[in-house]
Amino acid sequence: MQVLYFAWVRERIGVPREEVETSAATVNDLVAELRAREERYEAAFADTSALRVALDQELAEFDAPLSGVREVAFFPPMTGG
Amino acid sequence: MIRVQSEAFDAGAELNAFSNRVAGAGAVVSFTGIVRDVTGGLSGMEIEHYEGMTEKALAAIRADAMQRWELADALVIHRFGRLEVGEVIMMVATASKHRKDAFEAAEFLMDYLKSRAPFWKKEVTSDGADWVASKDEDEDALSRW
Repeated sequence: MQVLYFAWVRERIGVPREEVETSAATVNDLVAELRAREERYEAAFADTSALRVALDQELAEFDAPLSGVREVAFFPPMTGG
Repeated sequence: MIRVQSEAFDAGAELNAFSNRVAGAGAVVSFTGIVRDVTGGLSGMEIEHYEGMTEKALAAIRADAMQRWELADALVIHRFGRLEVGEVIMMVATASKHRKDAFEAAEFLMDYLKSRAPFWKKEVTSDGADWVASKDEDEDALSRW
């Protein structure tokens, strides 16, 4: 699936998007897989309460299932307006 | 109408065009957001957004407003990219037969696009650049709707 990062999450991980091969069942499982990869992921995902997630461009919860999802995006709380 | 763009726009001209399109509505309310220098050291702002989701989120928020209030039309324009102090970031405008509907819907649009549309602001100063933190009060503002 495509995994996208925005704002300081993108800066900490160092790429705006990447293809991730995963069999993670939920967002939390995917986060655990990413954190185990490298220090930069650990730094970005250390506190998921400071993060938001969107599945196929809709806001979702971290316990949401990933089946059928093509695009996952992680970002800090939004600051529009 | 929803517009997401990097180009500058003339909020006054947009408001006039919007008002002309809804000439029968009787009440038009608008809000314009402008880059301001609170601390005295701001050189500009960089706004990042999630292309695709931004347009969908704004359209959903607008559709929600159109359903909750009696509106003839609602306009949202939001910029991304580099902005200088004094530049217009975004505007909303609502048109209704009733003043109360137009005011409330404009406030609703502002509250929701602050924390439910995928934009992230970064303030650029001579010392560097910092992401703007979201405020609890912005999240709390949603509970009144």
